[in-house]
Amino acid sequence: MRRVWANGCGLTEQFPAAVSLRHVTVLRGGRPALDDVTCAVRSGSVTGVVGPSGCGKTTMMRSIVGVQRHVSGEVDVLDRPAGDPSLRSVVGYLTQTPAVYADITVAANLRYFAAIVAAPEGDVDRVLDVVGLAGEAGRRVDRLSGGQHARVALASVLLGSPRLLVLDEPTVGLDPALRAELWGTFRTLAAAGSTLLVSTHVMDEAARCDRVLLLRDGRLLTDESPADLLARTGAGDLDEAFLRLVQDAA
Amino acid sequence: MSARRVLRTAVRVLLQLRGDPRTVALLLLVPCVLMTLLHYVYNDQPLVFDRIGPMLLVLFPFTVMFVVTSVGMLRERTGGTLERLLTTPMAKLDLLTGYALAFGAVALVQVALVLVVTTGPLQLQLSGSVAWLVVVAELDALLGMALGLLASAFARSEFQAVQFLPAFVLPQLLLCGLFTPRAAMAAPLRWLSEVAPLTYAVDGASHVAAGDGLSGRLGVDLLVVALCIPVALGLGALTLRRRSD
Repeated sequence: MRRVWANGCGLTEQFPAAVSLRHVTVLRGGRPALDDVTCAVRSGSVTGVVGPSGCGKTTMMRSIVGVQRHVSGEVDVLDRPAGDPSLRSVVGYLTQTPAVYADITVAANLRYFAAIVAAPEGDVDRVLDVVGLAGEAGRRVDRLSGGQHARVALASVLLGSPRLLVLDEPTVGLDPALRAELWGTFRTLAAAGSTLLVSTHVMDEAARCDRVLLLRDGRLLTDESPADLLARTGAGDLDEAFLRLVQDAA
Repeated sequence: MSARRVLRTAVRVLLQLRGDPRTVALLLLVPCVLMTLLHYVYNDQPLVFDRIGPMLLVLFPFTVMFVVTSVGMLRERTGGTLERLLTTPMAKLDLLTGYALAFGAVALVQVALVLVVTTGPLQLQLSGSVAWLVVVAELDALLGMALGLLASAFARSEFQAVQFLPAFVLPQLLLCGLFTPRAAMAAPLRWLSEVAPLTYAVDGASHVAAGDGLSGRLGVDLLVVALCIPVALGLGALTLRRRSD
């Protein structure tokens, strides 16, 4: 049975929740990094997690992946509790600092992670194409630029085509052309059935999402589509909409 | 546990090592150089070299594996790759066994090379069998690896990890009977030496040197070292946490 959340989360029978959080609070160093957050991520959507640095984006993603301690409330992922061992083969998590081995080649990294997640034959070449690094496969990761290094990590997360991709700031340090290309890729992946949860602090990236979760000081300010957010606040762009929400919350 | 993940982890660790030829050269050559030095230090006393040589020989794989594993695992922890791996279907035991396989293979090459040098040009006389010395050395390597893994959990930086060597290994070295026979030590020191795993590792080598077979103390030494490995690995595995702050 898929659990369906209808109240204000934009979920219907056609779009069940891939992730749902209910009254989730996370304490870090005695202070709430997430404060009573309730929201859901539609299956097959690209959902943005937006907010200034330190607002709780990473804590939220870590809670969903099941690596965060001191989580109270309920976090369900693909109908199972977050951190359930069966989720490890269907959830891909990209950390903010690229977690790949700098002292071996791009191809060696990807072949290793492909073996770990039992990705199908040819998957390494596929993800290299997706992130535009096919020409760099034989180079050591520590010889690459920062943006390329980050893309190796992204490629490694795409191996095995996880049903849920949790990507923490995947486009930081990338040039605008590559950014646009990657967001196109996220769309393609979602169209193929994956669910993507993508954090960013760039508002024009948020505009490309189906829905945005706006966080500030650990509290969820809104969970709606960018168009609805603009319409409701009467703002000209998402930056302004965010400011208005912050003012309203104060 | 999955054989594929274990093997691929071992291959990955070895690839990382290959990317660092200076470390490989140090790993393989330093023991040979030190044994040569020891040989000339006891140039006039070949019997002393025959007694101390095997004990020192098995210390190399232990020490080296301790350092390489503690620094390597610390890098996995601080670089985020450990957390990343633990969000995949990788079992902790897959990772640890992969490391053991890779470094165990390196230790084998290291020991083989130093044995060729010491029993060849340096003319070390072993009363016991070379094969048993290899077994002792290999077990010591795995013990060093397991303890290094455990130590990495208590280090926050590579500086600290390296400092664990003198803090953790040198006391055991002083007590293991290499410098003074353990029977000649004050009782409290002897008790301490009896709970230090390295004592059994070094003691095993001295029994091989003396030509003892498995039936005597050598068997006990091997058993103790062999039992310490899973205990240390198990404690180390406990420090690999899937969840953190």
